[in-house]
Amino acid sequence: MSGPSTFVPKSALGRWFESRLPIMGLIHGSFVAYPTPRNLNYWWAFGAILSFMLVAQIITGIVLTMHYTPQVDLAFSSVETIMRDVNWGWFLRYAHSNGASMFFVAVYVHMFRGLYYGSYKAPREVLWILGVIIYLLMMATGFLGYTLPWGQMSFWGATVITNFFSAIPLVGEAVTTWLWGGYSVGNPTLNRFFALHYLLPFMIAGVVVLHVWALHVVGQNNPAGVEVKNVDRDTVPFTPYATIKDSFAVVCFLILYAWFVFYVPNYLGHADNYIEANPLSTPAHIVPEWYYLPFYAILRAIPSKLGGVTAMFGSIAILAFLPWLDTSRVRSAAFRPMYRVFFWAFVLCCLGLGYLGAQPAEGGYIIAARLLTTFYFGFFIIILPLLGIFETPKPVPATIADAVLAKNGGVAAQPAE
Amino acid sequence: MTVRQCSQSQAGRSKGVTVTTAKSSVAASVEPTRRDFLFIATGAAGAVGVGAVAWPLISQMNPDASTLAMASIEVDISAVALGSIMTVKWRGKPVFIRHRTPKEIQEAADVVVATLPDPQTDKARVQKPEWLVVVGICTHLGCVPIGQAGSRGDYDGWFCPCHGSQYDTSGRIRRGPAPKNLEVPTYSFLSDTKLKIG
Repeated sequence: MSGPSTFVPKSALGRWFESRLPIMGLIHGSFVAYPTPRNLNYWWAFGAILSFMLVAQIITGIVLTMHYTPQVDLAFSSVETIMRDVNWGWFLRYAHSNGASMFFVAVYVHMFRGLYYGSYKAPREVLWILGVIIYLLMMATGFLGYTLPWGQMSFWGATVITNFFSAIPLVGEAVTTWLWGGYSVGNPTLNRFFALHYLLPFMIAGVVVLHVWALHVVGQNNPAGVEVKNVDRDTVPFTPYATIKDSFAVVCFLILYAWFVFYVPNYLGHADNYIEANPLSTPAHIVPEWYYLPFYAILRAIPSKLGGVTAMFGSIAILAFLPWLDTSRVRSAAFRPMYRVFFWAFVLCCLGLGYLGAQPAEGGYIIAARLLTTFYFGFFIIILPLLGIFETPKPVPATIADAVLAKNGGVAAQPAE
Repeated sequence: MTVRQCSQSQAGRSKGVTVTTAKSSVAASVEPTRRDFLFIATGAAGAVGVGAVAWPLISQMNPDASTLAMASIEVDISAVALGSIMTVKWRGKPVFIRHRTPKEIQEAADVVVATLPDPQTDKARVQKPEWLVVVGICTHLGCVPIGQAGSRGDYDGWFCPCHGSQYDTSGRIRRGPAPKNLEVPTYSFLSDTKLKIG
């Protein structure tokens, strides 16, 4: 969609530089002149919110490493030092730990938006898959980071999650020992988790660049789910329209973020993590961070170790196949009456699994988790392929401009051409 | 492609021998050329080199010499009263040393082995029936099972709080997601009251 840049710098110095490294033209073409569909709603602002959160996490994270010690005897107290002695340390740590939660809030909204409006369909499959990779890297980063304070939940969360790999037939034990650097989670584990926790955000940033690149090749999807046909009628320039709208959305999101940081900074955490790690005593009730709960529920729903671990990883991996599992030619759920119902059922299913992941693994909770796990996979493997065949979509507008004008009272508002 | 590049470059060097090189390059398309050999040899040396450099990078993550050196411990078990369990730390993991009562030994022996998820007789798991020594790590996902008197689960052994696995008085898995019995470490009795683990 963005053709060769027509950007010409105003100053002589700018032109001199541009002819040697056309970076200003790249920025201008990507974030100023770039045409965005004129019908984007606020659900499209979460890409910008996520970019903001990534930068916020990297900055607060780098600052925290200046005070943190990745050693089993010192890690817990160094975090307490950050909380009590370091200037603004409490703020930096709460901003970082709640920032992770906010990052996941935003990414889940972003993913469900893609799911609702069919943003994964051709020609955006690679864009979508890059997103799934970013999500996986985020989950790994979040897990590694949660280990660092070396509290009870850190230690036992790390133990349970690294033990997933022991489910691999034949080499499982060797792989787990290799990950630990010992016979259990210990100092080598903490040390390497710290190194990887520092590395992965930059890998995320790298994949984000690919994600944005792929986005700018195929163009943004939009609530009508129809491609841009006429750039003049269907789009508006990124600046000022998207820039200002995204900035406003970021500010609104910051209100939520700030509320957590300043008013309920420990609401999303666990009290057990303020007890230093003890390898000889498991807390009575181990629960992962909230953003992993649906997958944790799937893990526990399967009464077999290898089966549970496979189902859990499979529930994430299946997202990468979504572009080919959904057989409908219509993108947006706005024109898919049956899909819309199943979409909301799927949202409820994920929320339900999240709730069950936080409950003890017994009795009725297990049965409910099994039903919802079945629906989760059924949504992808059975419902989506069949819907494309049996569903009769509503008429789709011919162009984005038509969709906007139909919504805003018809032809009267149509600009003269 | 190699053949064409070869004949072109040689043709460029000396026009007089163009005909003969063209002839030899026809033969070369059947038989590998010296250039093919060099390509494969370079590629192979490169792959071996990358592998050789990658190995230390991968191996450094395995347990180091100091971790391996802590591999065995000695424990005095004279203070473990009948019916109670002592927990010691070995290789960073808890090891349960359980002084079993005759009733508990009987329970462990009475089980029909074939009905177990991980069939093993009690005899195969102990050296002296009154002493059970097992690694206190649930074979599901690595939590420490609970064995305090009064909360020893449905089979009088251990109960894992994480995902509900139930172990019996021989440390065998009876119910729940754990696939295996609690691991029996390598150990030996140095005397009646001294145990060496590892």
